[in-house]
Amino acid sequence: MIKLDEIQKRLLREVADLHQVPEGAYNIRSNGQSAGRQSTANIEITPKTDVSGLEIRIKPGTKRESVHIPVVMTESGLTEVVYNDFYIGDDADVTIVAGCGIDNCGNQDSQHDGIHRFFVGKNAHIRYVEKHYGSGDGKGKRILNPVTEVYQEAGSSVEMEMVQIKGVDDTVRTTKATLKEDARLVVRERLMTHGEQRAVSVYEVSMNGAGASADVVSRSVARDSSYQKFDAKLVGNAACNGHTECDSIIMDHGRILAVPGLEANHVDAALVHEAAIGKIAGDQIIKLMTLGLTEQEAEEQIVNGFLK
Amino acid sequence: MLELRHISFNVDQEGQDKEIIRDISLTLPDGQLTVVTGPNGGGKSTLARLIAGIEKPASGQVLWNGQDITDWSVTDRARAGISFAFQQPVRFKGIQVFDLIRLASGKSLSVADACQYLSRVGLCARDYIDREVNASLSGGELKRIEIATVLARNAALTIFDEPEAGIDLWSFQNLIEVFEQMRADIAGSSILIISHQERILSIADEVVVLKDGRVAAQGARDTVLPGLIGTVSAVPDCRVAETGGNRA
Repeated sequence: MIKLDEIQKRLLREVADLHQVPEGAYNIRSNGQSAGRQSTANIEITPKTDVSGLEIRIKPGTKRESVHIPVVMTESGLTEVVYNDFYIGDDADVTIVAGCGIDNCGNQDSQHDGIHRFFVGKNAHIRYVEKHYGSGDGKGKRILNPVTEVYQEAGSSVEMEMVQIKGVDDTVRTTKATLKEDARLVVRERLMTHGEQRAVSVYEVSMNGAGASADVVSRSVARDSSYQKFDAKLVGNAACNGHTECDSIIMDHGRILAVPGLEANHVDAALVHEAAIGKIAGDQIIKLMTLGLTEQEAEEQIVNGFLK
Repeated sequence: MLELRHISFNVDQEGQDKEIIRDISLTLPDGQLTVVTGPNGGGKSTLARLIAGIEKPASGQVLWNGQDITDWSVTDRARAGISFAFQQPVRFKGIQVFDLIRLASGKSLSVADACQYLSRVGLCARDYIDREVNASLSGGELKRIEIATVLARNAALTIFDEPEAGIDLWSFQNLIEVFEQMRADIAGSSILIISHQERILSIADEVVVLKDGRVAAQGARDTVLPGLIGTVSAVPDCRVAETGGNRA
């Protein structure tokens, strides 16, 4: 394994909670190269031959194992597109931790576009965690444009946790999912933007089988002059249940556009969307001030809690 | 000791100044439980908010242990030992009951310590400590959590704005015990309760009746209370009862 420097280690901690080499299968990508890779008896990671990226094959029935595939970038001016395909066998139950941390101290933009495809077998269950983090005080932007495609077989369930709290200048996140009968998708997105940052999050979830369900919830905070767009579309092509929610706090000169979309093509498709954008309620701040917090401390507590 | 000197407070109502509090002077000595009562719209909640610093008076002074705190912020007053329980507790998405109690205590608090405060307000701590203080809690649950946070503050002066509002009968007895326990626990601390409830009035050392923004009556419980109970001055619903249940 290539030795990682302190900045790279810090990025790894931020995006994957990794303090050392993880247990189970992993691939650590650092500045465009593999800094370490390990397969296990049930989880095989192999590099793609045609494009940059990995194939991750999880055997049917694999239980309680994990895969870590974090990416760190510390070279300014690096642009990469990575294609990772996950094949999750029937009845498997695994946790997949991805995520990308960019530290850009230079003047050129650094960009990582991860294209992840998940082929989730029958009755398989995955928990997918993806964290984005940026740091460094260079003028170069930190750009992340992840694309996630999920193909769920009957009875499968996918829980996705997407987190981007700090330091990423520009993001367009696209998530597409198709669900067969009794498949279930749960998405929890947490997002905070600062400064002049821009974050666009687009979801399109098609429920094609009877009994499919999707629950896409985004909680976000837009500070300073940042901009966010949340565009979540649910398509019900069968008897299914869909719910999407965008709950946002707006601060300073932040701007948020929520575009919930529902398309029902079946009489038993039950689809719901909720969207609420507003500043922090004055009585919340006052309540915390009566506990001895300053106005600024109160705001921090409210935002931290909201994004927890 | 808290002292209000010639406090007045106005609100803007359709372009006109409306006086909510008119030249009130009041002293709350250490160790005293004072209950402020009176008809709705008489200025009781405003008075409580003026003491906590949430509202600023148009004129007059607020003194805390002899120091003029009229211009102090809510935060500064809280840090100086003034605590306030809201009539309608605030909900927070994501903040857990434990977070709120920890923030209230102002120190690092173990879960076990936080649970004690919940138990005192009659909530099974294990069921609530990790709950979010959000819309999933009922009004009564929220109210008890509000009181638990105030207990955790251990303040020299605690103000309760209609603590009985939203509390069911069973919890009401518990509430009285909370006040009595508070008096025993914090020696020399004073408590100010805004209330319509006879049972709360009956544990007061001193009763203040506010009406139309002025002090209509003030004195020891045994002096003021007999003049209130069974009369029409304190509780509007009594008036309804006296007229055979017919609302005017």
